[in-house]
Amino acid sequence: MRDDTDLLLRRILTDVLGLKEGQADTFEADTGLFGHLPELDSMAVAGLLTEMEDRLDIVIDDDEIDGEMLETFGGLLTFAQAKRAGA
Amino acid sequence: MTPANWPCPLPTGGFVQEHALVADDQRPRRLLIVPALFDEGNKLRRLTVETMRRLDAAGVDCFLPDLPGCNESQQPLDRQTPTIWLGAMAAAARHFRATHAWGIRGGCLFTPPALPSWHYAPVKAASILRQMTRARILASREAGREENREDLAVAARGRGIELAGYPLGADFYREFEGLAPSAGAVAITQEQIGGGGLWLRAEPGEDRDQADALAGYLASGIGG
Repeated sequence: MRDDTDLLLRRILTDVLGLKEGQADTFEADTGLFGHLPELDSMAVAGLLTEMEDRLDIVIDDDEIDGEMLETFGGLLTFAQAKRAGA
Repeated sequence: MTPANWPCPLPTGGFVQEHALVADDQRPRRLLIVPALFDEGNKLRRLTVETMRRLDAAGVDCFLPDLPGCNESQQPLDRQTPTIWLGAMAAAARHFRATHAWGIRGGCLFTPPALPSWHYAPVKAASILRQMTRARILASREAGREENREDLAVAARGRGIELAGYPLGADFYREFEGLAPSAGAVAITQEQIGGGGLWLRAEPGEDRDQADALAGYLASGIGG
């Protein structure tokens, strides 16, 4: 069963990537994000992370951001879930 | 809608002509629009103009001036300050005889306080700087350079900084970082408009339903 973080993260990605309703539901753990989607440049990633902070009620330190967590949907979800569990 | 010029006061005295996009039919309801700032300005430009078209059709004159140093302006961005921008928007409001003002995102920081105003998804200056600084740190890291937020802020206050391609002067940064939208305006939240905020998009987009909702909200608020 998907938890709240999973749903919220899909909604955030829908807004950032301008996806159609339901499109983010097809994202799997290994769906590629940063480095796979040309529109996700550094400004867009900064926006994505800031939006995650707002909607998931977490604080992301700049030195926590690495390529691995941004590479796939699963990586970003694992990061967000760990952040929320620790908050 | 047509391009227009308006006299923008210079900090050294005198005026320079700045650009505005206007729908001016000499109607009594006249709305000054303060655009979103920096990258968000690009992403929201189309929504802003589409909303203007609808307001025009609803009988509201609209005026979308450039902030000095932005869009078509010939002024150097790194010489601007928030005080200059506030003065510029007040001057544009006088020139176009605006009766109301609408600020968008960071533009809410610069709506003339004398006018009844709406603030769409208002944002603090600190949030804008935080995101732009994060974008710079990420871009630098990709290029193999490690930077941190604290050092960048110190540098920005001392000698200015380029963030996400926008050169900001030290005076601008110091004055800007503490700004928050005034509480006097009527806030329009994204929940009221529906859909996701277009400033979040990785690429500039548009949304007909959101433009309809914004125009409807503003037109009914301004009234007959």
